[in-house]
Amino acid sequence: MPEKSIAAIRKEVLLVSNLIIPASERQLRARPTPKETFTESAAMGWRALIKMRRNPEQFFDVIIQPFLFTAMFAYIFGGAISGSVQDYLPIVITGILVQTALTACMATGVQLREDMDKGVFNRFRSLPMARMAPLVGPMTADVLRYAIAATLTLLTGFLMGYRPGGWFWGVAAGWVLVVFSGWSLSWIFAWLGTVARSAQAVQGIGMMIMFPLTFLSNAFVPVESMPGWLQWFVNINPVSLVISAVRDLMNDGAFTMQVVWAVVGCIVVIVIFAPLAVRSYSRKV
Amino acid sequence: MSSDDSAVLAHGLVKRFGDFTAVDGIDLEVKTGEVFGVLGPNGAGKTTMLNMLATLLPIDEGSASIFGVDVAKNPHMIRQLVGVTGQYASVDENMTGDENLRLFGMLLGLSSKQARTTASELLERFGLEEAADRQIKNFSGGMRRRLDLAASLISRPPLIFLDEPTTGLDPRTRGQMWDTIRDLVKEGATILLTTQYLDEADQLADRIAVIDHGLKVAEGTSVDLKSQVGNSTLYFRLADKELVPQGAAVVEAVLGETPQITPEAAGISIALPDPNRAADVLIGLREQNLEITAAEVRQPTLDEVFMVLTGKPTDSGDGDEGDDAREVDRSDSQGGATRE
Repeated sequence: MPEKSIAAIRKEVLLVSNLIIPASERQLRARPTPKETFTESAAMGWRALIKMRRNPEQFFDVIIQPFLFTAMFAYIFGGAISGSVQDYLPIVITGILVQTALTACMATGVQLREDMDKGVFNRFRSLPMARMAPLVGPMTADVLRYAIAATLTLLTGFLMGYRPGGWFWGVAAGWVLVVFSGWSLSWIFAWLGTVARSAQAVQGIGMMIMFPLTFLSNAFVPVESMPGWLQWFVNINPVSLVISAVRDLMNDGAFTMQVVWAVVGCIVVIVIFAPLAVRSYSRKV
Repeated sequence: MSSDDSAVLAHGLVKRFGDFTAVDGIDLEVKTGEVFGVLGPNGAGKTTMLNMLATLLPIDEGSASIFGVDVAKNPHMIRQLVGVTGQYASVDENMTGDENLRLFGMLLGLSSKQARTTASELLERFGLEEAADRQIKNFSGGMRRRLDLAASLISRPPLIFLDEPTTGLDPRTRGQMWDTIRDLVKEGATILLTTQYLDEADQLADRIAVIDHGLKVAEGTSVDLKSQVGNSTLYFRLADKELVPQGAAVVEAVLGETPQITPEAAGISIALPDPNRAADVLIGLREQNLEITAAEVRQPTLDEVFMVLTGKPTDSGDGDEGDDAREVDRSDSQGGATRE
């Protein structure tokens, strides 16, 4: 590129009167205000969206997995578990909705970790910005990924003949719950991302958390078919709570206590893991 | 109060990583409006010290204040006062130059419109407007550094930390960076820069601290330091190899010492008691009609500075004299000023 002459650059620098604001003329704030925290998180979300646009391969998991898993699980297990694929759909679609959201969460943690190793995070740490913004921003931008995953899973289900009893509002409410639980549970993986040594470690540990959570739940098989000691875990598994709530909303169009418990469960996860994640992030160098 | 005109005031800074002590009790005072250079080899603790002052690393022992604000107690305030330009360009590879500056602008509280204006102003000022829409991964090293510095200026900080601002840059880009730094000082910025190059500290810094193995081994103006280091060296090459003995004779006649000769290159070098004597030698050569093809008065290298200041080469030993220097610093009378 044609470089500017040094003289030209210097002249321009000198033209601008207050390139520097002296310390004595500054109003220093001891901590960021809630409004600043919000706008900074939004700016970090904007950055995450730009990066998504530049690396569309980030979307492979949330685009392919809904088709692949829905079809695979329905045709393989449908007959054995529910007698027919058609009867299995109300169970498996809701299960896979939550499972894909969880997988997408794990990717959120892995990408956050990868991102944090970059030089630009040193600058974020040196700026007077809210410590939670670099986490909240990209995590919230990832809501887009959960939304895509949930929508595509539902579409696959409809194509295969899933006719939810909750009709439009039930399905819409279930969809919102899935996306919200994705955002909440991603705080677990964000925390992992801040404590693990590498992105690979987040991936490895994430798998070990994700598989028991999804398979030791009511996602794919009726809980009654499991041994008693396992049922105990399955019933307190937050993933089961969310799946039951999504089933109530989508299949029955009913706003039950299950839904309340699912939302409470998600909030508990945020309350525990968000402060942990923000704290270990701000300690990291 | 002595801290009134201090931009940075640090006492006994210590940073340990496990058993390794990266910074071992450094005192530092940077006055408002000056360029302060921290000179030292790789691994001396320069970056660690800067990171502690920039709130990027917790301070293990000692205290530091910036414009009277305590670094450990008020990190959020410190971040409003300091612009940091890191050793490795801390900008986002996957974003364009314009997007990077807009992002940092918004993170510093500008509206998206203000951020856009500031970004285009800074891009223009740093001669980067052609690259505004290019992703950073396609930038040259010099462009990255300039963008990095531009990003540090969005908040118009009164104090700027530059961590090895020109390491790895070609001489021309390096000169541009130096000019930019000088302009910032004219605008009223205080600058704390680290460097491995004596000539960079010499060119830019009003005062220099030499750091080795986490200890400050010397401090002063570049003239002070060089007078401790001593002689500079004159090196010249003659046009005609056959005339090297005559050239050597001129040197002996002027300075009274026998020069070193590299016959293959027709090169002659001699240590100078005073750099001004170089002219005498060159005049002597002219009088004898000896034609030269090259001549330079070399500054002492960083290695030579270290040899003199620590009595050891840069890469070994922890330097007894270093400990002495630290004792001297600790007894500095401005001791308690930061604690108020």
